[in-house]
Amino acid sequence: MTRPDEESPVSRNGKHGDDVLTASTSAPSTDADLPESTGGQAGVPLLEVEDFVTEFETPRGMVRAVDGVSFTLERGRTVGIVGESGSGKTVLSRSLMKLTPESKKVNRQGVVRLDGEDILDASVRRMRGIWATRMAMVFQDPMTTLHPLKKIGDQIVESIREHRKVSKAEARESAVALLRSLRIPEAATRANQYPSQLSGGMRQRVAIAVALACDPEIVFADEPTTALDVTVQAQILDLLATMQAKRHMAMVLVSHDLGVVRGRTDDLIVMYAGQVVEQGPTATVLDAPRMPYTEALLESTPRLDSPRHLRLPTIEGRPPNPLAFPPGCRFAPRCRYAQDRCLTEAPPLTRDGDRAYRCFYPVGSEENAAAAKTNRSRGATAAGLAVSDGVEAVSV
Amino acid sequence: MAGTGTAHLRGDKALLRAEHLVVEFPAKGGKKVHAVSDVSLDVLPGETLGLVGESGCGKSTTGHALVRLTKPTSGHIWFEGEDLAAQNARTLRRTRARLQMIFQDPIASLNPFRKIIDIVIEPLRIWKIGDKAARARRGREILETVGLDPEVAGQRRASELSGGQCQRVSIARSVMLDPKLIICDEPVSALDVSVQASILNLLEDMKEQYGLSLIFIAHDLAVVKKVSDRVVVMYLGKICEVGTSEGLYEEPLHPYTANLLAAIPDADAPVAAISEQEAELPSPLDPPSGCRFRTRCPRAEQRCADEEPVITEHRPGHFAACHFPLVGNTADDDRAMQAAEV
Repeated sequence: MTRPDEESPVSRNGKHGDDVLTASTSAPSTDADLPESTGGQAGVPLLEVEDFVTEFETPRGMVRAVDGVSFTLERGRTVGIVGESGSGKTVLSRSLMKLTPESKKVNRQGVVRLDGEDILDASVRRMRGIWATRMAMVFQDPMTTLHPLKKIGDQIVESIREHRKVSKAEARESAVALLRSLRIPEAATRANQYPSQLSGGMRQRVAIAVALACDPEIVFADEPTTALDVTVQAQILDLLATMQAKRHMAMVLVSHDLGVVRGRTDDLIVMYAGQVVEQGPTATVLDAPRMPYTEALLESTPRLDSPRHLRLPTIEGRPPNPLAFPPGCRFAPRCRYAQDRCLTEAPPLTRDGDRAYRCFYPVGSEENAAAAKTNRSRGATAAGLAVSDGVEAVSV
Repeated sequence: MAGTGTAHLRGDKALLRAEHLVVEFPAKGGKKVHAVSDVSLDVLPGETLGLVGESGCGKSTTGHALVRLTKPTSGHIWFEGEDLAAQNARTLRRTRARLQMIFQDPIASLNPFRKIIDIVIEPLRIWKIGDKAARARRGREILETVGLDPEVAGQRRASELSGGQCQRVSIARSVMLDPKLIICDEPVSALDVSVQASILNLLEDMKEQYGLSLIFIAHDLAVVKKVSDRVVVMYLGKICEVGTSEGLYEEPLHPYTANLLAAIPDADAPVAAISEQEAELPSPLDPPSGCRFRTRCPRAEQRCADEEPVITEHRPGHFAACHFPLVGNTADDDRAMQAAEV
């Protein structure tokens, strides 16, 4: 264990989270309307992540980018991961797929089971049998994902031939069919073009084609539409959902946009400073967040139905420095409900039915109302953040 | 969409008025990129005008042309009684003090090696306003105003600040010379939601404090609606629709606006079914005849190819350039239509 001493309470919390999360993402009701699982052992979830940690050694010390994340993902289901820049959402998806560099400077811990097989310490050789055919990734920027000097058809063919023993002609045929199924007009002609000849939306379709070329069971989509316009974003997300339903794939959708994950994911993980701060069925979490951070994030998002020039509630301050996380709750310095306890004691991920949150004073509870009242009467939180009535008025 | 016309302009009250603005860029083979084609718009004092559209619709080029960062091919830009489009470099320099711009990438728009305080007072130094001590004092004041500690953040280099802080510095710098109008080109699209909210609030505060008008260019419709009094929707270099932010969002007239609104993922409402919209944005090298939106429009007919729609007032204060606008047949609408025709 190379964990620094001050991290030890957190790792206990992570453990605490294990039992919570395994249950939360695999609601029994979901299996009923889904077709039979395509292979795999019965009763074993497709992807099981337990107390997963990724640390990077930097010149200034150890940075724990992902700290004790647990969830399970079934076939045909989608889990959304949201958080601000630096919250660890991208590192999480990349290190689950073992796309982080293999070196002494990267430390991964925990359990990652794909169909029952622990792949945390799998060799690159073993991973080659998993990448593309079982787990594939769609990245944010389609321009940098695709090789600029190779025809797009060839890039898909390359992926297919790397993993399957088929002739060039056969691979080519399935590449064109795939492009067609991704609704790329004149697919055969397009296959002979270079990425620079395509629009951003078309390029992202091609990147999806490359990812889907070998029929993966899980697709990790890391901000797949952030670089695109809203209309194109809607098309790409629809397309991913269609392909997912058709192939009964599982999907991990990483986004900073709460609107994107809403309605497109079954379960949601909200990350803050490397930790899961809230987790549960997407609609439940977004309709009635328990974690003050999720609540604040929702409030600070401009909505179409809000009146013009309305002041948006903001989240004061900045995410904590990953080299020196605060000893208590990592969100406490920015939280409007923070009490003395939040500054000294790290809240565990607490289970509540099919959801979980990391807060001593969860939104909607009596404790929360009392904490809000205390802070209002003293005009500040325990961390010294000014609390005005204006802030409270908005939260009602 | 996509029409010409000036019916939506509001006459002499405007602080800035662009008329028939055209920006074309030369392309290979003697072709031309029609980036902005006959766009007219105006901003009243104290108003925020939102400019929305997809990438490639010409919203940024329009913004750049308004401050002459790009030279318009033709058209006029009236600002304080002078035509910017006709100004020479020297007079333009003087005008630009009152016409500022904030850019999308807050980090790239500041020199990473300079101290924040120096970046902020640079405009005063260039214009030789006040002595050294007065400038430093003013710089500290303005940093306070935008929520940065002059003693801490002011002494840092731009490369040491976060994106949100850099955007605060850009805002501070832009108001140093007491401008009348600030053109904000996607000022928050590079920022996280929580930071975005505080920058939007800051822009509203600065607007009030300095009596500014804003032109707010963004692709995020919810953001534009929140800050704008009036919104202009652009498509492929043309204006589709102009209206108050409520009118436009609640009852869009142009099929393109309706389409854009339907595509927004909303954190508060499950995603509605989105009509399949196969066609990509046509090339601005060879835009479609007639209405430029017709190739993607569910309501397009032959007339849309033959005849370019003109910007028309379909409801009071709500304009669209469309032959078949989405006007319901309610009595109110009929009256509005008649009123508009009279």
